[in-house]
Amino acid sequence: MDRVPVLKIGDILLVSIQIDMEDQVALQLQEDLAEKIVATGCHGVIIDISALDIVDSFVGRTLATIASVSKVLDADTVVVGMRPAVAITLVELGLSLPGIRTALNVELGMELLAKARAELDWEAGDSGDDEDEPAVTAP
Amino acid sequence: MVKSGAAARDLREAQPGGRYGEAAKMLSSQEGNSFADLLATHAEAVISAWTDEVAHSLRGRLSHAELQRQVTELQKGFQSALFGGALDLADDAAAELRAQLSELSSLRARQGFSANETAVSVFTLKDAILRVVNTDDAGSLRDYVSFSTFIDRAALFTFDSYVRVREELIADQAEQLLELSTPVVKLWEGVVAVPLVGTLDSARAQVVMERLLQSLVDTGSPYAIIDITGVPAVDTQVAQHILKTVVAARLMGADCIISGIRPQIAQTIVALGIEFGDIATKASLADALRYVLKLTGTTKRQER
Repeated sequence: MDRVPVLKIGDILLVSIQIDMEDQVALQLQEDLAEKIVATGCHGVIIDISALDIVDSFVGRTLATIASVSKVLDADTVVVGMRPAVAITLVELGLSLPGIRTALNVELGMELLAKARAELDWEAGDSGDDEDEPAVTAP
Repeated sequence: MVKSGAAARDLREAQPGGRYGEAAKMLSSQEGNSFADLLATHAEAVISAWTDEVAHSLRGRLSHAELQRQVTELQKGFQSALFGGALDLADDAAAELRAQLSELSSLRARQGFSANETAVSVFTLKDAILRVVNTDDAGSLRDYVSFSTFIDRAALFTFDSYVRVREELIADQAEQLLELSTPVVKLWEGVVAVPLVGTLDSARAQVVMERLLQSLVDTGSPYAIIDITGVPAVDTQVAQHILKTVVAARLMGADCIISGIRPQIAQTIVALGIEFGDIATKASLADALRYVLKLTGTTKRQER
């Protein structure tokens, strides 16, 4: 059976799906990713679906499950590169993939993860001053 | 096949108790010949009378010389078709006449004449012929009725061609309109805008959605502003289309802001109970751009 490779780049796991997403492949990917996150201790997962012509409801649900599993393992998931046709089909089907973060391409996905991570670190940090608000909202 | 009175009478005369059907012709061969003779012998008179009638109906919107040229060509067309043995407009011998008639109607359609005026250009041939027919002779009067049927057919054919040309024109224009009316413009680095102008029906909404999503991919812009200043009315249908576009863009990882909501439209939206949820809506395009720049600015600051 075909397997989707999971690549580690820095603190991020990159999954680029280049084959037809059959149900078994999707389930295998879900397992592989969970193991890999634990093994590497990565904090971000990027799933690139720019090569996918079809995203059915099962794949959509699997992506959502992957995101939830990763979240439990303290890793953020971003789905990147969804084609316009796929997005339109999903909307027409009424599937809005709740709980999944998306970005236009891998680069923007990495930015999004870095930003989310920075926010998280900042919240965890003890500095009490909020520097962003007053400068912008001053009348 | 037209079963007009004259043609039907012809048929009954030719075949007593005969059947109607594909054998029915507009003219008998003898009538066809006399029609052709009439046109040939009174060519000058017919042309000038016909030109006058057409010029009257068009009220001087085409020059007299131009009309005379068209009418002369048509007269020759009728004449050669009849001499060629055409007894019906659908006959092979009338092929050239048909081509002439459809050319005339497409010309008139493009020049902006009405269907009525175009058909009358052919119908007036009847008046022109009536002037040269010997009205005291019952035989030639009966022939005249048959000629009239033939001319009616020709005029109806012209009318049909006219409508076809107009429909082609309309279809072309609708297509051009669709292409013209959905530009996606880049407002800023990473920000694209779609200024929607005109009524948003399903077909257009689909085109807008596809264009917008494709340009998001092409430019890698994470923000899109949908400006509805030019949309005359927002009903549930239109709102549904806009919402779908926004959700699709979100699925792809881009955020949409709706701008250009006029006061009346805001009231309609509330009255209809349309929920835009957590989609950002702004009154003007400027507000939307400022909002997006603030978002990206905040992002930049946090990265530092």
